[in-house]
This record gives sequence, C-alpha cells and structure tokens, in this order.
Amino acid sequence: MSNTLRPYLNAVRATLTAALTLENFSSQVVERHNKPEVEVRTSPEVLLKPLIVSRNESERVLIEPSVNSIRLSISIKQADEIEKILCHKFTRFMMMRAEGFVILRRKPLPGYDISFLITNFHSESMLKHKLVDFIIQFMEDVDKEISEMKLSLNARARIVAESYLSTFA
Amino acid sequence: MSAPEVFQLSLGPLTGIAFSPDRSQVCVCPNSNEAQIYTRNGDSWDLTDTLAEHDKLITAIAWGPNTNRIVTCSQDRNAYVWTHTEQGWKPALVILKINRAATSVKWSPSENKFAVGSGSRVIAICHFDEENNWWTAKQIKKPLRSTVLSLDWHPNNYLLAAGTADGKTYVYSGYIKGLEAKPEATIWGDRLPTGQLLAEFKSPNGGWVHDVAFSPSGDALAFVAHDSSLTIIYASGPNEPPAAHIVVKLPSLPFTNLTWTSESSIVAAGHDCQPILFTGSSSGWAISHSLDDPSSTSKPLTPTATGMRSGGGGVGRLGNNEAFNMFKAADSKGQRGLPGTGAATTSSGLTQVGSDGMLLTIHQNTITHVEAYEWNQNGEVSKIFTAGRDGRLVVWPVTGGKGGLTGRMAGLQV
Repeated sequence: MSNTLRPYLNAVRATLTAALTLENFSSQVVERHNKPEVEVRTSPEVLLKPLIVSRNESERVLIEPSVNSIRLSISIKQADEIEKILCHKFTRFMMMRAEGFVILRRKPLPGYDISFLITNFHSESMLKHKLVDFIIQFMEDVDKEISEMKLSLNARARIVAESYLSTFA
Repeated sequence: MSAPEVFQLSLGPLTGIAFSPDRSQVCVCPNSNEAQIYTRNGDSWDLTDTLAEHDKLITAIAWGPNTNRIVTCSQDRNAYVWTHTEQGWKPALVILKINRAATSVKWSPSENKFAVGSGSRVIAICHFDEENNWWTAKQIKKPLRSTVLSLDWHPNNYLLAAGTADGKTYVYSGYIKGLEAKPEATIWGDRLPTGQLLAEFKSPNGGWVHDVAFSPSGDALAFVAHDSSLTIIYASGPNEPPAAHIVVKLPSLPFTNLTWTSESSIVAAGHDCQPILFTGSSSGWAISHSLDDPSSTSKPLTPTATGMRSGGGGVGRLGNNEAFNMFKAADSKGQRGLPGTGAATTSSGLTQVGSDGMLLTIHQNTITHVEAYEWNQNGEVSKIFTAGRDGRLVVWPVTGGKGGLTGRMAGLQV
C-alpha cells in the first residue's frame, strides 16, 4: 500500500467512527414518519456539517452526518477513458443490486461515483466497527479491482488483435 | 468490587427500560411497538406480560416507584398509563394533544403527574382529571424550536428541565394550578406559573442535548450533548446568572445518557459503550474512571453462549488494559489523561476490538439508558443499570472511591 493511502483511509475511518453516532429520530415535520434526515433535509438543526476527505483531485470522500443517518459518497480514481468506463460499469452493476448490499444508495451524489446511506437501523442491527471496516475494505478493494480489470482488458485486447492480425501475417 | 451483572434481554436495541419499585420486574421495549415485562428468576429474566397498545415504536418507559404505574410513550403520538389490576395491566390513554412522535417520559417525584417530550416542539405535563376520568395534558410551547429529546424533574416536584435537538436546555415550571399546593420560591426562580421559563442554557458547540438531569438536591443541573461535552450548572438564585457553569470536554464519542449518583458524582454513558464516572463540585469536574474495568473482573462476564468478551490472552486483552493504553497514549501522542475511554479510540479512529471481532467493553453497541438501581444508607447510589442498542441490561456497582489504575494514578504527580 502506498504511503498516501494509509493516512487517507485512517482519516476516513476516524471521521466515519465519529459520524456513526446515530439515534432513532422520528420526523418533526411529517406526522408518523421516520426518514433519514440527511436525505429529506427538512430540519436544518439535525444536520451536521458535511466533510470532504481528499487524497488528490480525483479521489475524495464526502461524509454528510445527521441525527439518524449518514451519507458517504466516494469518488473513485479514474486516470483514463478505459478506467472511466470500467468504473461506471462496476458501480452501476452494484447499484442496480443495492438491496443486496443493504447500505448502498441506489444513485450516487452528483460528482461522485458511488454513495452509501447508513441509517440508525443499520447501526442498530450491525456492529459499528464492522460497518466502518466494510467501507474501508471497499475503498481499498475498488481501486485494486478496477486496475485488475483494466489489465485483463488490455491483455484480452492484445490477444484478440494478435489472433485477428495473424491471418494477414 | 463485585462484577457487573449482565443480561441479554433482546437481540435488537432496548428502546425503553424501567424497573419495578422492588427491582423484581423490568419493563423493556425490544425496539418494537410492544413493551415486555420480565420477572426476575434467579439469574435470568422470564417474560410475564406484554403491554400491546401502541402501533409504532415505543420510545420511552417510566415506572412510578410509589404508585406502581407504568407510562409508555411512542412514535405513534400517544402515551398510555398502565395500572396493575387482578386481570393484568390495564391501559389508559393520555390526551396528549401532540401531533408528532413522543420522545421521552418521566414521572414527577411525587407521581401525581408526568411529563412527555415530543417532536411537535411541545412538552406535555399530564395529570389525572378526576371529572372525566382520564389523563389530560397542559402544554409548554415556548420557546421550543425543535424536538425535545430528554426531560428531568426537579426533586421538589415543580421544576422541569428539558433538552432539545437544537442544542438548548431549558428549566421550566411544571406547576399545575388546582392539582397541587402553590410552590415555594426555589433557587432557580421565584415566580412559578405553569410553563414559566426559568433558565436557558446552550450546549458548548451547539450539539443536540441528549440528556438532562437535576442533582439529588436539585441545585445543580447536568446535561450531555452531541458535541462530546458534559455541562454542569450550579444555580445561584432567581434571575441571577448561575454560580458555576462547568463544561467538561471529552476526548471520546458523545454521551447519550447520564445520572447523578451523589451530589459530587455523575455516571454518563453513550457511544463509547462504557459508563464513565465523573466527580467534582462547583469548583470543577473531571473524569474519574470507567466502570467497565476489565482488570477488576478476571472471569468472562457472560455465559459462553452469548459471551462476547474474550476471556483472556492475546493482544486484545492487553488492548483494553488501562495502564497499557495510558502509556501507549503518552508514548505516541504525548497525552496524559484518560485512555481507553476514547482518547486512544477516536483520535486514531481505530476502535479496539478483541480477537473474536467484538468490542472489549461489555456493551457491544451504544448505551442508551443509565439509571440508578440501588441506593446505600446515605442515600447515595451504589448500583446503576445500563441498557443499550445491543439488547443488554447490565447492573454495575458504582465504586465510590478511586477505582481502576487511572483513578489511583490521577492523584499521583509523575
């Protein structure tokens, strides 16, 4: 792991641990509703200041805490066109199956590639430090996954080109 | 010091909890619309009754120690008073006149009324209306601007403190004309018509006030807020600024609950999953120690079936050792102070976890209730109970003196 990744992930981990202090909070605007306040944004006093942890201009994490939910959006490194396409396909694949991932949001926030929405119901049924570990693990793995896919894509393209051009040799 | 007693009452969170006057029964809500009454049977608890009347999550339960009545309130905007009869517990609807969730409920010390806090920015003070044979409410509206998260009664039965989600703590008069004798002047105020605002305090950095509590004498008020602070206010007299306004800022995650164990000590607990004892007086307050001290209990605290605590051995055990953490913090950060209660946990962002992947504290998730369980002859609290989102109920002995290594070393200047 490179030198800048460790402090970046540590900063995200510390912020997440502090932000995941949620409680059950029933809506004070709509009767008998209990909705994630970070999504409905109707009561300004229960929203906290959003925070961006940034490693470089393309890799950053936005954490928006509130009284009963937090929203975490990740911008994944995309160096070239291939990585852009791969990242788009990869996140789309997961977000289409968001119910299987429990804390995944169906749409990312504008400017980000993937978003998570953690509510008090998640932090009640799951161990908090495991939730944090999961997110950090995801951030570690997603870069690896995309560069692996890029490598195998290039290798495949080379094989295809070779076998195609070999007929003209 | 005896070991804490640990009971696993539910797998999900306990959203409300109250003990019966003789401590033989406990009424809990397992994160649902029903409250359950368990009766103690040796070392376990047996389900004896279910109080089913609400149709949304029950947010708070209070059990009157003298009148043996239970009051439950819920996010369905209602509250019920349950009276024990030959045929079981009988509910009586309370006319709350609120249109958002009820969030907290507390019996007044003499139990002729109770207060309900709500998300509709009102506090309802409820008393029994003999004429109509129902519980009716008087509302306090001003100057509430946000959800009332917590309430506490002054021991004189007239004053009421409330903490809100916009970071304010208020002290009101909860006197109800026609129900009780006219109150005498208090240190908080001398004119006490119903709903009169007597004092208003802000949390240090505008955090949501999770819990408020009057001291046993009623002369001091403490509250914990989401900005990881504990504030203690000593009143001086009517219409005068407080004699002392002490803010203890913490290196840990925020507390959600607190209780006074004597005039000079407070136990607070919250997102750090361990109850912490504070001691002090009007001249200042400081952390004494955490009650969740593994060095004093060598055996695993829970049976192995639900036993989450690693019994011994390994780095995990050392990781929660107070002395180890103190020297580690001193070594890596140059900090002298309380480790283990979050200094090491939150500043590095690394939660200390045992080898089995569980937290090293007894509670595995946020503690949401801290209350007195038992008193000694001097009227000081000798045992407290905590309940949390992990469904556990723990009864802790409160060590009066200095306990734990940090406590003992605090008096020592190195």
